[in-house]
Amino acid sequence: MSEKFTKGMARNIYYGGSMFFILIFLGLTFHTTKEMPKRDHRHNITESVERGKHLWEQNNCIGCHSLIGEGAYFAPELANVYNRRGGEAGFKSFLNGWMNAQPLNIPGRRQMPNFHLTDEEINDLAEFLKWTSEMDVNGWPPNIEG
Amino acid sequence: MNTLKYQSQAVAKPYFVFALILFVGQILFGLIMGLQYVVGDFLAEAIPFNVARMVHTNLLIVWLLFGFMGAAYYLVPEEAETELYSPKLAIILFWVFAVAGVLTILGYLLVPYSTLAEITLNHLWPTMGREFLEQPTITKLGIVVVCLGFLFNLGMTMLKGRKTAINMIMMTGLIGLAVMFLFSFYNPVNLALDKYFWWFVVHLWVEGVWELIMGAILAFILIKVTGVDREVIEKWLYVIVAMALISGILGTGHHFFWLATPEYWQWVGSIFSALEPLPFFAMVLFAFNMVNRRRREHPNKAATLWALGTAVMAFLGAGVWGFLHTLSPVNFYTHGSQITAAHGHMAFYGAYAMIVMTIISYAMPKIRGIGESNCNKAQVWEMWGFWLMTVAMVFITLFLTGAGVLQVWLQRIPESGEALSFMVTQEKLSIFFWLREVAGVIFLLGLIVYLYSFFVKEKASA
Repeated sequence: MSEKFTKGMARNIYYGGSMFFILIFLGLTFHTTKEMPKRDHRHNITESVERGKHLWEQNNCIGCHSLIGEGAYFAPELANVYNRRGGEAGFKSFLNGWMNAQPLNIPGRRQMPNFHLTDEEINDLAEFLKWTSEMDVNGWPPNIEG
Repeated sequence: MNTLKYQSQAVAKPYFVFALILFVGQILFGLIMGLQYVVGDFLAEAIPFNVARMVHTNLLIVWLLFGFMGAAYYLVPEEAETELYSPKLAIILFWVFAVAGVLTILGYLLVPYSTLAEITLNHLWPTMGREFLEQPTITKLGIVVVCLGFLFNLGMTMLKGRKTAINMIMMTGLIGLAVMFLFSFYNPVNLALDKYFWWFVVHLWVEGVWELIMGAILAFILIKVTGVDREVIEKWLYVIVAMALISGILGTGHHFFWLATPEYWQWVGSIFSALEPLPFFAMVLFAFNMVNRRRREHPNKAATLWALGTAVMAFLGAGVWGFLHTLSPVNFYTHGSQITAAHGHMAFYGAYAMIVMTIISYAMPKIRGIGESNCNKAQVWEMWGFWLMTVAMVFITLFLTGAGVLQVWLQRIPESGEALSFMVTQEKLSIFFWLREVAGVIFLLGLIVYLYSFFVKEKASA
């Protein structure tokens, strides 16, 4: 680097530049949180959805599954599992049957533990997954397999 | 023979030793998970995959934090040209952090996660069960206390000493780390908001403030091992960290592509994250330039190798592999696939695991009273460890990339109805997962060789 470009100038770029971009980021964040209600349909969050989210967290589901693409990649994506497994007509009964059938104990196959949830808890979880599937996330995932 | 400039720098030692112990644990759990990928029911009862994964990733985060703290305790006094404000506080906080960390890991291993949530009263302030932030709320509070004490100690040291660019950047990085962690306490019921602010911790750590810490450590080592003028190195450092923040802050946008956020994030995220490889590329130029212009042959060749290695591997892992899937039209297919896993592995190893081993390589001989460097024989072992781990990580990344490309091809690109399901796809990828596991075993061998180097002594000449 030439002698004309001094350490002082480099320092000013560091402090000034990052401050500038932090402010832009905060501005965009403010705007985004204002816009998000249009897409995240938060008005549909019921107490059941809320309990479902806590169940999701307390059992560390993210440790195997991904949700909207984040989490572990060991087990299927669940943001669209509601649509994949029956939707309005069949998802709740599917989930109940699925949870109660665990662990499948097929030799060599990845195992899902049994979390011993009550029917009501499984219903809450289903409500949370249904709500999640209905967010407008710019069309992700590419297909039903997630 | 005491070769420490300031005696209080020795508090870094327990931090480094404990970091390496946790590193071993991280790799062992990585191998368990790797095997579970292909032998699905391996240890399924005793260590379910989600537990193994929490242990693997949380140990990674914690050992790197121990490494950063050790690095700070070592380099801040030397840069400030004064003793550490309170070595006693540093040791107390070490034990607080170590005990809390071990208890948390034991909690993961010994009781079901929901029980852990219950006994740590998660319902009072739910923060658990989110990727990487699985720690019980009480552990999170403990981390904040440790961070505050740590920053206070370093801040007081810097105030009474010289304020060099390296110290200022290290300090802004560490303060940023602590501030961003506060977002881990915010867990709204609305999943979109939860995820949006979750990234304030996760992204702004690894693609933001941690890069400042990494840059500061690298610059410190380069000054020491090359003898190049501080003015030159500090100017480079400012430019690199400026680039890192300028690209990284708005680069957060690449996590907002599929998250109930406005569409402009597709553009903002794509453009700024395309710039994110630049600081890493600059770091490669910087490291090699300084080493080529060196004014002294430092006897610690291993430390120089680690410094050059971390620059190259960070560029490949964080820069190149990050860029591979960062543009939103590409990310639409690769998001949450094995490509992400490939990128994550090489980026964390290259940028952060290696920078911690760089400072350990440089500082430990001095802390242990051996001198400027370990004996030649020990360095040869250390460099074998370097190459085994690094080459193994390259192969882990390549195999995961292969798995990821095939996964996208089979599961993501075909239309609904024609695409294979997740589990069927995973079975098709098993050859890559087996190869990854083999590479993982070689990584472990490299780690054992590396650790063995600490115990190698030159034979006394007859």
